[in-house]
Amino acid sequence: MQSGTFHTSYAGDMALRPYWVQRLRIALVLVVVLAFPWFADRYWLNLANTIALAAIGAIGLNILVGYTGQISIGHGGFLAVGAYTAGLLAVRLDMPMWITVPVASCVTALVGAFFGLPSVRLKGLYLAIATLAAQEIIIWLLTHGKLLGIGESLTLPRAANNLFGISLADLGNNDFVFYWITVGCLILTVIFVSNLFRSRTGRAFVAIRDQDIAAQVIGVDLFRYKLLAFATSSFFAGLAGALTAHYRGIISWERFTIDTSILYLAMIIIGGLGSVSGSIYGAAFMTLLPALLSNLARATSDVVPNINSYLPYIQQGAFGLAIILFLIFEPEGIVKMWRNVKDYFRLWPFSY
Amino acid sequence: MEKIVQLTLSGIANGAIFALVALGFVLIYKSSDVINFAQGELLLIGAYLTYTTVEMIGLWWPVGVIVAVLLAALVGVLIEQLVLRPLIGEPVISVIMVTIGLSSLLRAIIGGVWGVTPRTAPQFLPRDTITLFGASVGADRLWAIALALILFALLTLFFRYGREGIAMRAVADDQQAALSMGISVKKVWAVAWAIAAVTASVGGILLMSIFGGVSGQIARVGLLVFPVVILGGLDSVPGAIVGGLIIGLLQSFAGGYLPPELGMGEVVPFIILLLILLIRPYGLYGQRIIERV
Repeated sequence: MQSGTFHTSYAGDMALRPYWVQRLRIALVLVVVLAFPWFADRYWLNLANTIALAAIGAIGLNILVGYTGQISIGHGGFLAVGAYTAGLLAVRLDMPMWITVPVASCVTALVGAFFGLPSVRLKGLYLAIATLAAQEIIIWLLTHGKLLGIGESLTLPRAANNLFGISLADLGNNDFVFYWITVGCLILTVIFVSNLFRSRTGRAFVAIRDQDIAAQVIGVDLFRYKLLAFATSSFFAGLAGALTAHYRGIISWERFTIDTSILYLAMIIIGGLGSVSGSIYGAAFMTLLPALLSNLARATSDVVPNINSYLPYIQQGAFGLAIILFLIFEPEGIVKMWRNVKDYFRLWPFSY
Repeated sequence: MEKIVQLTLSGIANGAIFALVALGFVLIYKSSDVINFAQGELLLIGAYLTYTTVEMIGLWWPVGVIVAVLLAALVGVLIEQLVLRPLIGEPVISVIMVTIGLSSLLRAIIGGVWGVTPRTAPQFLPRDTITLFGASVGADRLWAIALALILFALLTLFFRYGREGIAMRAVADDQQAALSMGISVKKVWAVAWAIAAVTASVGGILLMSIFGGVSGQIARVGLLVFPVVILGGLDSVPGAIVGGLIIGLLQSFAGGYLPPELGMGEVVPFIILLLILLIRPYGLYGQRIIERV
């Protein structure tokens, strides 16, 4: 909280970012985001797109886990629903991207609400185990997809990547064009979710997290809002999944196993539960960590023999170790670390 | 008739192994309220350690198995001391996530040390077939059932008459009261993790000798523990055993009688899990203290 700011209008008081320092910071971030693709090569653009897509999914999961307090180990399954819905619409019905992505997001929201039904009776551990079952059932449906008429993997036609009749392939290389789409969707998601938690619905979510019985007593309809939280969360999972499908052009079920669900949970734990910016930090951390390690391995491959063959284990071990160390030493995640740094400078030379 | 006997016996054998693994899981949950997502990796550790002592070092197999199981128990205690101890009193999600992180770390270590290519397991259970009720069944499955039964009997005696066993029951019953009676809760948690590691490694070793090899596939059983414990009741030791047998039999029958291309054996336990959670969340024998929302 900053002192010395006196609001003279309701609009000023209600603003999402009331201080000029915050607005300056946002402007700086925006300038960097807008300038980045003109200087970056395809490797970095690909990383940036991966981070943006992961961040959309992570924000979705944070709505459910961080803000509403319902633990879900089924996020990978919901991403799969989004990706496969978009893929099937594009392959079977030749639909363009600007139809498949919103439709896939809405379908995923419905599926998410369906698998959220156990949350009406269960909480905590039991709910986590129920969502684990949802994850396994969705993946089973995909791998034994003869029932639904899908194979093990889907290849999307390039022609599906068009927005309102403009083919994306004509606009430049795939990574560059998709940068604007993924980052655009991420910005919209951030604006929507930041404002969601200033609304009646969002406040109800937070009330359920903090004390569900008290929330019910003051008139929050638990059944409705829990399902709504599952639906909203899955909507963004579907969005991330559908965009991933169109960006990569090929999808297979291996990208959406329980490991993916765990990866997303790790993102929001390491970034910070119940924080939109934390989800983005976590997504960036979890995407950059393996990339950094593989670059390190390449750089040291002359000195350390065989390091490249051990790379997958090093990456997996670093992933597990990062989760454990964060939970033991900074359970509130990167957001808290960033806040500590800011507080240090703001309060200097005093310690508090 | 022959098919029924075969499926029943292999279901009971698998179920006995599930029950062993689930037993350790339930012990940890009962004494410290921790849901252990790294149970599958404990199986792997037991199997790979046995592979090392018997096949690579060349010990006589009973010695090798005992050394491996003791080492696995040590790993269990270390995990409790280093990873779970700092998280006492943290919210459920932190405890879940730390065991998930642990499973990832353990799998990386196992992969780094032993590689991912499946290894041929040392042969110590006889692999010939026995004719039973007119059906030929593998002797190794009968051995697995027998060994699991012996271990259950030993654990039952331990909980009934052993000093530590009684202390564990006291802690599970009421932690505050146990503390004020002078029982060291920390010691009980360490013992719980050690027993969980032991039962899981025995399960891993039995699976290894049934499959005839050891690979990361064994860790998959770690996920199947969840249907088992939820069916039996999260905090019930007899529930873990009954649940294990039921899930093992169901999986075996679903895989044997339903069209194989559906792969029903894999998904049936999870469908049951979801149904049980919706209808009877405390399972068959669990305490009915689950909070309703």
